[in-house]
Amino acid sequence: MSRLLVCPPDYFQIDYEINPWMKRDNAVVPSRAVAQWQRLMQVLEEDVAAGVERMQPVPGLPDLVFTANAGVVAGRRAVISRFRYPERRREELHFAQWFREQGYEVLTLDESLYFEGAGDLLGFPETWFGGYRQRSDIRSFPRLSELFQREIIPLELIDSRFYHLDTCFCPLSGGELLYFPSSFDAYGLAAIAQRLPEERRLAVPEEEAIRFACNAVCSGKHIVIPAGCPRTMRLLESRGYLTHEVELSEFMKSGGAAKCLTLALD
Amino acid sequence: MTASQETVFLKGHIIDSLILAKVLDTILMMGGTFDLQDVNIGATRDAPSQARIVVRASSGRLLAEILQAIQPHGAAVERDTDCRFEPAPAAGIFPDEFYATTHLPTQIRLDSDWVEVEGMEMDLGICVDPAKAHARTIPMGAVKAGDLIVTGRDGIRVTPLARPAERDVFGFMESVVSSERPHQPVIADIAQRMLKMRGGHRQGQPGTKVLCAGGPAIVHAGGREALTWLIESGFIHVLFCGNALAAHDMEAGLYGTSLGYGLTAGRSVPHGHEHHLRTINRIRAIGSIHQAVRSGVITDGIMAACVRHDVNMVMAGTIRDDGPLPGVVTDSMRAQEAMREAVQGVGLALLVASTLHAIATGNLLPATVPTVCVDVNPSVPTKLADRGSFQAVGLVMDAASFLKELARELGWRR
Repeated sequence: MSRLLVCPPDYFQIDYEINPWMKRDNAVVPSRAVAQWQRLMQVLEEDVAAGVERMQPVPGLPDLVFTANAGVVAGRRAVISRFRYPERRREELHFAQWFREQGYEVLTLDESLYFEGAGDLLGFPETWFGGYRQRSDIRSFPRLSELFQREIIPLELIDSRFYHLDTCFCPLSGGELLYFPSSFDAYGLAAIAQRLPEERRLAVPEEEAIRFACNAVCSGKHIVIPAGCPRTMRLLESRGYLTHEVELSEFMKSGGAAKCLTLALD
Repeated sequence: MTASQETVFLKGHIIDSLILAKVLDTILMMGGTFDLQDVNIGATRDAPSQARIVVRASSGRLLAEILQAIQPHGAAVERDTDCRFEPAPAAGIFPDEFYATTHLPTQIRLDSDWVEVEGMEMDLGICVDPAKAHARTIPMGAVKAGDLIVTGRDGIRVTPLARPAERDVFGFMESVVSSERPHQPVIADIAQRMLKMRGGHRQGQPGTKVLCAGGPAIVHAGGREALTWLIESGFIHVLFCGNALAAHDMEAGLYGTSLGYGLTAGRSVPHGHEHHLRTINRIRAIGSIHQAVRSGVITDGIMAACVRHDVNMVMAGTIRDDGPLPGVVTDSMRAQEAMREAVQGVGLALLVASTLHAIATGNLLPATVPTVCVDVNPSVPTKLADRGSFQAVGLVMDAASFLKELARELGWRR
């Protein structure tokens, strides 16, 4: 059973604009956001049977809800994020505190190295991939590679709509990759192809990539995917996955969906 | 030497991710060039690789644009610092951490500016005058107490040689030494260079002197006439040799023998072994080789040609010398100094049949000077190439054949 860190959306709103999705005049409807988040939790806990750890929301930190950016965890070791934008930097302290209270070994990178956690660092058991340029600094990966003894292949994110790796790149439990190829350059695509043969690469169409089809949560055979991605769901089902659709439109206003709202703890 | 260069460092899983390829492509696409230095490929998949890249551009502005473009891919500019220097603790002694030079073009950073080091030669120290922003190489023995000597490795930039523009034997810069290598095309290329150098030398262009460092085998093997012709025709401007070459050359002039062997008959003549001693004695009595030529005692050969054509001659002595001849410098350090002085302005060096003088000369020359090393023993050109004199072309052949063939290429009709 996988364990996930989440944070209730009590204070979730759009206070600032730090990605192309965020528009302050496109206000979040709090009641709807809470309902969508509750539904996501229900699917995760009941259908997927994932263990969910809830952290305490903090007033004035609207994006604390996106726990994928807390850091990255392997075993009992957590490396806390260093956010590029000052608007999110105050979250670092709260994430660090949660991990410390749970008894994790808490590490941080050099202050000058931006690194936005599992939002930009994803992978398979052998190889991890790191998204850079938009948020995380490529120079954070050699250090992380050293800390976790894992190969980390950096991938440049070339489309500002897909500003974190987890918005366009989703490793699946069966070894396949769900991804949106246009968010990478030729070098990145070649590097991906070198590690993943064609039959393991599942490309999502653009109209579903912008519905955050890749921002899905995969746990065993279950995949929780934002609503509005029927082609991606069929693609996944053809590979034997069980898909669970959840409406997350309120969170997409901020540029995040299912994956952004969770952090894998195992 | 281009002023616009910067060293960047790239680390991580840069090979399989094609990040290194992306950085290098970006440099080229933007119009820059690069030298890839110190590439370390991680031994396992988990282990990171790293590369140090020297980026060059035609202007400071283009360089800045390139650096800006590659920086997001992790190419971090190595922080340059000024070089460090310390006063020499005593005469003839460098500070402990002194920087030992290579024979490659070198710059040091003084007060944030890169300063070219003058007199590049391997295995020396660098003496700086910060007030004048000046730096030059200095041999250990020549250092004075308090001279400011560069220490450590920070703030020092060594530029690898660019491939020469000429597409001749030197253009390939491959120190391959082989007795099976065809000699003729190599010698033809050397001749072309010498022809060009002579033209330049006659017009007073810098760096157009041709140096010949030779051993007595030139005379024994029958190369005396060819070398004499080369000198008389204005192809050689500096001669390095020892007591023996000069002695046997003049012995040949006076007695027709070389170390007692008749040069034409090819057998030893009675009491021939004394000839070189009698020659040396005679010249000592006259006072100098110059005087011996001017007074008409020595009328032909290499020494006569050198005197008549004002060839700068440095004769360095060794412990087995007889005499020696007047003019032979018996203090090795003084001889080294005189040779160091004489290599200024040399643009091509022919090192013929002399292990001692070939290697000494190779050590004194900056890497930018093409050298030709000719010896019947392959270990000599190999040894020179191994010492990093990599613009050295090695020919395994006897001295006389080489000189004759070279002279014929240049118009000698014998």
